[in-house]
Amino acid sequence: MNNGMKTLTNGLLRENPTFVLVLGMCPTLATTTSAINGMSMGLATMFVLICSNVVISLLKNLIPDKVRIPAFIVVIATFVTMVQLVMQAYLPAIYDVLGLFIPLIVVNCIVLGRAEAFAAKNSVGLSALDGIGMGLGFTLALTILGAIRELLGTGAVFGLPIFSDHFAALIFVLAPGAFICLAYLMALANKLQKK
Amino acid sequence: MVYFLIFISAIFVNNIVLSQFLGICPFLGVSKKIDTALGMSAAVTFVLVLATVVTYLLQMLLVAWGLEFLQTILFILIIAALVQMIEIILKKISPSLYQALGVFLPLITTNCCILGVAILVANGTEKLPMGAEHGMLTGTLFALATALGFGLALVLFAGLREQLAMNRVPKAMQGTPIALLTAGLLAMAFMGFSGVV
Repeated sequence: MNNGMKTLTNGLLRENPTFVLVLGMCPTLATTTSAINGMSMGLATMFVLICSNVVISLLKNLIPDKVRIPAFIVVIATFVTMVQLVMQAYLPAIYDVLGLFIPLIVVNCIVLGRAEAFAAKNSVGLSALDGIGMGLGFTLALTILGAIRELLGTGAVFGLPIFSDHFAALIFVLAPGAFICLAYLMALANKLQKK
Repeated sequence: MVYFLIFISAIFVNNIVLSQFLGICPFLGVSKKIDTALGMSAAVTFVLVLATVVTYLLQMLLVAWGLEFLQTILFILIIAALVQMIEIILKKISPSLYQALGVFLPLITTNCCILGVAILVANGTEKLPMGAEHGMLTGTLFALATALGFGLALVLFAGLREQLAMNRVPKAMQGTPIALLTAGLLAMAFMGFSGVV
């Protein structure tokens, strides 16, 4: 139980995929133009992460060592295709915004990284918990980054106006704002961790 | 003229790294030295153009057979196989080129700019200047231009980071944060090109 709890919280804080491991930077920067977009991307990745972790953990003794990476990629790509088709059917508005970055979950280093580093060595239960923890950590990071960019760029969070957009700087929604916001968030995370 | 505009658009206006956010991992990972940045750019150019042509043809087959939903799975497998094949062929034909590009090739499979551009071109959704039509030729040129844009951003960034390494940086900002901040300023500079094409 204790072990499970540790696995779960590991991804949230101590090994947060975005702020500490610095994995999966492309979707982190590209899809966080607003809090809701960041959160959708995080949740989509989380679903793939949990499913692929469980399946790879189940299959770990069946997959020969030499072909394990291609085998992992096929498993991951299957779940990504599922997410893609479901989102296209039921959430077309969000699918249009996230667009290319949904199929690109396949090459997100977090998913393959956890498959290789965790699911291939641990039990099904622990792998599922690891997927949930890492997925939540990623979703949390993307939501925070999205909320900050949306607030500075448009004066709203999750679409709720906080201050007038006359005072907002559009640059935070555009490309440079993504790099700059993430840089300062990471510096903050570094500072907090040193203490 | 249109072909020229494709290059301007993909290299400067819609730079793959600084405005489309594809290929950030190698952008942050192999940008500490100009030499390695050049090697990586060359390898990416090579693979990106080949992968785009191959996946474009594959997409035609998929559409003909009504199997478009297999796109993601097949493309990533094809790209992985292609990279492996290029590695083997290079080793046999040109050991010197293999020496230069070899280390970067395995990293390229999971470079999202390869899969990203392949999907964009195969679906005919790449950003082209006015007057250009989606097709095999424009798609290939777009891939080449994108790869050059990636190379330009990577080499510029590596140059900046080489200078940065000699400066004192506040402790919390060391490493990735300061690199991201530099990238942000570079992205801002590239924003100056928007609206050119």
